Amino acid sequence: MMMRSAYEVFRKDVHSEFRTRYAMNALIMFVIVALSIILFSIGDESVTPGVLSGILWVIIFFSGMSGLSRSFVSEEERGTVLTLQLLTEPSAVYAGKLLFNLILTVSLNLFIAVMYVLLVQQFVVQSPAIFWVTILLGSAGIAAAATILAAIIAKANTKGTLYPVLAFPIMLPLLLTVMNATRLATEGAPFSEAAGEFQVLVAYTVVVIAVSVILFDFVWKD
Amino acid sequence: MTNAVLKADQLSKDFNRRKIFSAISFDAASGSSLAVTGRNGSGKSTLAKILCGVLTPTSGTAVLSIDGNAISPERLHRHVGLVSPYVQMYDEFTGIENLRLAISIRGIVRKNDRQLRDLLQQFGIDDRRNDDVRTYSSGMKQRLKYAAALLHEPELLVLDEPTSNLDEQGIAAVRDVMSRQKESGILIIATNDRDDLRYADRQVTVEGEHT
Amino acid sequence: MIRSTTGKALLSIWLTLVIVAGLAMPMVPVPRTWYELPWIPGLEQKARIILFHVPMAWVTLVAFISAMVYGIQFLKTKNLDYDLKSVNAAGLGTVFCILATVTGSIWAKFNWGSFWNWDPRETSIFILLLIYGAYFALRSSIEGAEKRAALSAAYSIIAGVTAPFFIFVMPRIMSGLHPGAKGDEGGAAPVAQLHMPPNMLVVFFASLLGFTMLYVWLFSVRMRISKLEEHH
Repeated sequence: MMMRSAYEVFRKDVHSEFRTRYAMNALIMFVIVALSIILFSIGDESVTPGVLSGILWVIIFFSGMSGLSRSFVSEEERGTVLTLQLLTEPSAVYAGKLLFNLILTVSLNLFIAVMYVLLVQQFVVQSPAIFWVTILLGSAGIAAAATILAAIIAKANTKGTLYPVLAFPIMLPLLLTVMNATRLATEGAPFSEAAGEFQVLVAYTVVVIAVSVILFDFVWKD
Repeated sequence: MTNAVLKADQLSKDFNRRKIFSAISFDAASGSSLAVTGRNGSGKSTLAKILCGVLTPTSGTAVLSIDGNAISPERLHRHVGLVSPYVQMYDEFTGIENLRLAISIRGIVRKNDRQLRDLLQQFGIDDRRNDDVRTYSSGMKQRLKYAAALLHEPELLVLDEPTSNLDEQGIAAVRDVMSRQKESGILIIATNDRDDLRYADRQVTVEGEHT
Repeated sequence: MIRSTTGKALLSIWLTLVIVAGLAMPMVPVPRTWYELPWIPGLEQKARIILFHVPMAWVTLVAFISAMVYGIQFLKTKNLDYDLKSVNAAGLGTVFCILATVTGSIWAKFNWGSFWNWDPRETSIFILLLIYGAYFALRSSIEGAEKRAALSAAYSIIAGVTAPFFIFVMPRIMSGLHPGAKGDEGGAAPVAQLHMPPNMLVVFFASLLGFTMLYVWLFSVRMRISKLEEHH
């Protein structure tokens, strides 16, 4: 019953996104602009794989920050929070929004990663398995943290600027881990060497979702 | 007809450390209606939200029981309908899509398009069912809110400013809803309108407190 | 709570003794008497920092955790007094966090050659500073005391459960300069008191206790000020 309702909340957000394209258009443009700036500034310089791994996640972090708050902020801005509260229980709203952000983050980050690999010549992925698993697990962690923080900032006055400020210290353990795993991927490390990184990513995602489920009631209801 | 009882016990609500109201107690059973009155800013809308379970009171309890079983807060939305200026429909969807959305997210009653159109017809907006809500006038939005609040035939219907933005035809449809709800379930109206008050058996006055 | 004049007097005498002892106990190559500390080549007089810097970092952590615990209590009870406690703990935590960062940084300049090295513990305290900053930025942008209390409590809890991940993440990423970091004997101990001689250990724990009591006293003063402001 709850899962069904969560899925319907998710479907509503997907339909709404296709109608309005609030998040998608802005996000795709953001990625293109960010990549262009990186490409211009790298030019002919030779850059180490470690730095390039870092830059990739900087793009991913800020693109997430520009799009992932949308699903909660739009409910708050349009005054549909009360409507949704009257339709279903908080946990269903949380699960639906989490699913939406999860799918948005994974597809956006796959897009960013593909573009990055194609356009940044010096960024050579030698262990594709490590790289793509890192992108997927990293996306899940980002979506998990971004969703509960979006629910929080939706109630604040300065939403746009506050979001990365709140998110950075929360996501830093995740970002350091994925940057390190990406560096391993560029160095051609065997898959087993990144196992520790993957464990951290999975644990992080699970812990953040668990605590979000508990906290969401307090955040969602006035 | 199910037998629903709403029991409010010593409800109070603070905002920013100030009391909006305190010690509100009453009970209402199926087949009765109650008006909540009080001047502007006294907290009528706040009380309406608390009764619907979408706002937590600072102290006190509001419990809806159906056939003697108290409904838990996370299931309350299945038995409650609210029409309020604070409730908004989704702008980017059409009228009938908003109703379908509400049905699928709530997930307890199924209604086919025929039934949805009957409901829209009842409020005179069936001909505009395929237009986006953003093109609706405020009166039409108010009518759509009624259709949405009645979808699941709630035992408790709470109307905050029931006739605001409505023309005569709209008001007639709302009066019709009020008379039927007070027969079949519990009707609560938050209003100061004399004509609306005629539909209430009793009155509770919310005294806003100033400190 | 230290409210009485005696308490205040005791605390100031205690901290004076700690400071005098920490600064004045002579350092000699081979300590013979109870008041002599060992002279460690490479650290020399700079070793004294551990007696003050570590207690400051400790208080930062105590304040961080108590702000979170008060936040949890607020969510449980909806009593705004807990929010007041939470914000006062966080405010003091920020002050001690800045003190610990500055003292550590000055010491790093003289011992490691630069003010900032992104060593794991420097990074950790920097993140704590960021969390405190974010916490207050969030608070200032929410209207309504109840909502502000609930959301900032939620944020402090999220920060509280994600911050421990640094313990796993840091050692994989950077090698440390602090004692107790990767590669150093003593492993990942929170503080490096393991090699201290007994008399230094006594001063160290006396300082730890003194600073903790200082925090408790400042906290009670701030709580009384907040209560007075509330009733103006």
